[in-house]
Amino acid sequence: MKKTLSRLKYLYQKASQAGAEYYNAPYRAAIARARRDEDDLFMLLVFSEMMGIPNPAGWYCMELQPLMLERFHDWHTRMGMERSPLDNFRCC
Amino acid sequence: MSSIILMVLGLGGMALGFFVYSKFLAHVVFKLSDSFKTPAEEFEDGIDFVPTNKFVLWGHHFTSVAGAAPIVGPAIAVIWGWLPAFLWVTLGTIFFAGVHDFGAIWASVRNKAKSVGTLTGEVVGGRARAIFSIVIFLVLLMVNAVFGVVIAKLLINNPGAVVPVWGAIAVALVIGQAIYRAKMSLPLVSIVGVIALYFLIYIGPSMPVSLPESVAGLSPSAAWIIILFVYAAIASLLPVWVLLQPRDYINGLQLFVGLAALYAAVLIANPTVVAPMINVDVPAGTPSMIPLLFVTIACGAISGFHGLVASGTTSKQLAKESDARFVGYFGATGEGALALAAIIAATAGFASLADWQAMYHSFGQGGVLAFVNGGATILSAGTGLDMAVAATMLTVMAALFAGTTMDTGLRLQRYIFQEWGEIYNIKWMAKPLPATLLSVGTCLALAFGAGGADGSGGLLIWPLFGTTNQLLAGLTLLVVTVMLVRKGSPTFYTLAPLVFVLAMSLFALLIQLKGFYDKADWFLFTMDLVVLVAAIFVTLECIAALKRAKAEMRLSSAGD
Repeated sequence: MKKTLSRLKYLYQKASQAGAEYYNAPYRAAIARARRDEDDLFMLLVFSEMMGIPNPAGWYCMELQPLMLERFHDWHTRMGMERSPLDNFRCC
Repeated sequence: MSSIILMVLGLGGMALGFFVYSKFLAHVVFKLSDSFKTPAEEFEDGIDFVPTNKFVLWGHHFTSVAGAAPIVGPAIAVIWGWLPAFLWVTLGTIFFAGVHDFGAIWASVRNKAKSVGTLTGEVVGGRARAIFSIVIFLVLLMVNAVFGVVIAKLLINNPGAVVPVWGAIAVALVIGQAIYRAKMSLPLVSIVGVIALYFLIYIGPSMPVSLPESVAGLSPSAAWIIILFVYAAIASLLPVWVLLQPRDYINGLQLFVGLAALYAAVLIANPTVVAPMINVDVPAGTPSMIPLLFVTIACGAISGFHGLVASGTTSKQLAKESDARFVGYFGATGEGALALAAIIAATAGFASLADWQAMYHSFGQGGVLAFVNGGATILSAGTGLDMAVAATMLTVMAALFAGTTMDTGLRLQRYIFQEWGEIYNIKWMAKPLPATLLSVGTCLALAFGAGGADGSGGLLIWPLFGTTNQLLAGLTLLVVTVMLVRKGSPTFYTLAPLVFVLAMSLFALLIQLKGFYDKADWFLFTMDLVVLVAAIFVTLECIAALKRAKAEMRLSSAGD
């Protein structure tokens, strides 16, 4: 009984592996490529300054600064800091 | 005549082809060698190039190439009687499709897994590459338009299938989420998915859905065609894992279940073939059997579409060169078996010759409806399944195949438009959404242009689609033949199918051209003319390329 059970379990695992391969094989490349594109973008955004690429996000978001100030104030008080902790970015 | 005899002869012939002829091709013509490092091994990157188990690869290759076309073509072509369709499918699979698919994989594997399109440019020349991209565009355009018409026809003919056909899409969406987001185990998801699908098929007939007589001034057929294209456009823009991947997967399971059930039912019920062996009493307006038979059945006998799959993804995953025989040749054999099942369903699934003749009352009629009705009769006789449920099952099978081809085809067509946008520097065309809208627009124009205001006559372009598909196959065979000439291998086994296919295509185009002219159908006349010009260029290209290759060979042997 135990033997048949383990045999069945083995067969189930085998079927599961083959099924997964059958499910994934046709689309492996398309999905990997989409993911690689996202990773590339993420890397460039995170390390842009380090790579000497001016980060365009800051420039394009300048108009949002007044909106952001309130949020920033909220953040530093929530974090237990009375004033802005950043020398180059003042708040209250 | 008993349909079991047809089944045994057909499947037996194809098996003989696989066990004998394909071995001959592997050893004598393509000279496969396991010491050759395949691209999957050489460039293994875990993404495109992955050495894959040959059975898994076969399953994937077979389910990508087998769709609605090997059902629709044979089911239309039995109008000339069962024998011509049977012979062309069986012999075509053995000597044409098998050689073509096998050869396409081989050619690609020997050239760093490049696609047939690129190979046409490299092996044959730049002009051939340009013709290739035009032919491919025409094939995609026609297949999308025709399949929109086919599904609309199926949904109107069997209102009980509307719920399961659209429900299957919901099932696929859930499967995709369950696997990617919830990381559930695949066998469990598959079993639940298949049960859900068959439950929908079971309850479908009890909740039929028909569109009203007029939807915003459109007939039901026209409305369905537009709804289908809206769906296909959305599906082709979604990320592949959301819908396309799980849907392909359940379609694959459906294909195996459906094929096994049909053949089992034939064995149990042993229905009699009621259609005539050769139909001497064809309905008025039916074109001559030679050459039209050879372009009406493209998929199931030889289809250029397979070359795209073979050289696009399959060749990048081949672990050993000798696997090309199993994956390519046996893949074609699988499709031949599906076409044979369609022939049996469309000729033996009727009570009497009169019923059969009523179904095939004019050319282009019958077709997939004959497959569904005939197949359902056989299925219910063989398995005791309720007739309405059996018909719904086959309708869902055919509609899902056609649907998958449609959204894949639309995606490919969009890529072509985007590529053109980039080449000719047309900014808007290079973006996905406008390119998709352009693809849908051209397909709808073709469906309604050829099929009239309600699009129901769209099946008239089926033989034109077959012809274009054959031209594509011709170009692939040309690449393979030129490679064989350069290697000094025997070329007869690829050259003979090439010559035959091109001759029949040209002949069929001329006959149809006259037909459209007589009927003053200027839309189809122009379409035919475009394909004819492409066919003439392909032929000239073939002659020139082979002459060049032979001359090169003579020069190099003289130099030795």
